[in-house]
This record gives sequence, C-alpha cells and structure tokens, in this order.
Amino acid sequence: MEHPIKKVMIICAKANIEDVYAALVMANGAVMEGIEAKVFFTFFGLDAITKKRMKKLHTATTGNPGMRMPGGLPFPTLLGILPGVEAGVSAMMKNQMEKLDIPPVDEFLELITAGGGEIYACKLAVEMFGLKKEDFSEHVKDIITIGQFYELAAGEGTQIIFT
Amino acid sequence: MAEKTYAGKSVNVTEDGYLTNPDDWTKEVAVEIAKEEGIELNEKHLTVIEFIRDKILKGETLTIRSIGKSGIIDTKGFYDLFPGAPLKKASKIAGVAKPASCV
Repeated sequence: MEHPIKKVMIICAKANIEDVYAALVMANGAVMEGIEAKVFFTFFGLDAITKKRMKKLHTATTGNPGMRMPGGLPFPTLLGILPGVEAGVSAMMKNQMEKLDIPPVDEFLELITAGGGEIYACKLAVEMFGLKKEDFSEHVKDIITIGQFYELAAGEGTQIIFT
Repeated sequence: MAEKTYAGKSVNVTEDGYLTNPDDWTKEVAVEIAKEEGIELNEKHLTVIEFIRDKILKGETLTIRSIGKSGIIDTKGFYDLFPGAPLKKASKIAGVAKPASCV
C-alpha cells in the first residue's frame, strides 16, 4: 500500500539563489500537487523573505566548484572576486529562470501562498539579525520558534526537508 | 492505457486517467471527468478549461503562473476552482495530457 506525502516542512537556511529556489520550487511543487507545504526561513535564508533583500539574492562566484563559463569551461575563482562579476552572473541566472517561467522571489511567495502554502521566519534568527515583522514580505505568516515548527509538522505523512 | 466510458462514449485514457486523444473531448465528457474529481463544472470552470485546451493544442506549455497571469483567472481563483492540484485536475478535465512543468 502506498503512503502518499501529505505535508512537507521545508527549511531554507541560505541566501544563495540556488538554495532559496530549491526551497521555493519544492514548496510550490508540493502545493501544485495538493500537498500541504510550510517553509521555514532561518539564518541567511531570511534574506529571501526580507523586503529589502529578497530582490537582490546572489549566487556565489567564488568557492563554487559547479560554476562554469557560458561555454562550459571552468569559471576561474579569481574572476569571481572582481567587482560586478557576482552581480552579473546572478542577473544571468535570474534571466535564465524567467525564461523557464520561474518567477522572482516575491512573486514565487505569492504563488505559494495563493495555493495555501505558508511561509515562516525563524524567531531565533530574526532576533539574531535584529529584524522585525515589518521587515518581512507580507507573505510571511508568522515568526515562530523551532518548537512551533515541529508542532506544525505534526501528523502522518509529513516530511521535513532541509535544502 | 485503459478504456473508460464518459457520456456514453468509449475513450482511451492513460493510467492516471488523462484522455489519450484530445479529440475525444466534449463538454459532456468534461462534466463527467470533473464529477470523478469531485467538481461540479460551471461556466467559470469551462472558461479556464477552454483556455487550457486552446493553449495546449497549440503546443504551448502551461504553468500555474502563466494561467494566473492569463487574465482569465488569478492564481488563488484557480486553486479555488480546482482544489488540491489545479493544473493537473484542470488538464485532466480539459482532455489534454498530464502537465509536465515544475512550476
């Protein structure tokens, strides 16, 4: 007998474009399938739901062995440190995603919440970074503790995913 | 592949219940597929379904985002009309293939 996934609890702790989008695509994908989805943003992941920062996410051009030049050649780490390179690469990535109909972060949050998904900020990280409720996107439902996160995870068929 | 009877008409469907031939689709067939999905079709559903059929049969790929931006319905409305998995349900009722998009 199959046991379908009923709920996913997704944790995003990083601010890189790829980490944030992994969390958002998984959450939205769940909602699209009729699976309950809750996303918990913590530490640097908070950037993705902070109004001032959510539109300026970057991908790392140094210390990222998967990085390639447009033709497929390895991307020299020293090139990655030059001013503007990271911003340029990040803009290119966002451009590619837009072509695939992957929305910008704020619109993605809207898509997820329109389908009944919920977005949360981690209380501990919020306090650590000195942020307030009003610093966050309107799509953030609440600032919660890890204990509340586990309470929300209750029920059969829940999976907790750390991106 | 399986065979099913909708509105007195025998049609081929995939394992998941999607019509294999979109030409088998009629409004009557749609009403019965919708019933199986727990949906009572109304005019609003039909508008969305006809939009989906039109786009898909033209070879376009649809996402929930593109439907939400179509001007026909917004994302929330789409989820409300076809609760649970709107793109899948609406595609099934529209008699087109199972959607293959990730967003």
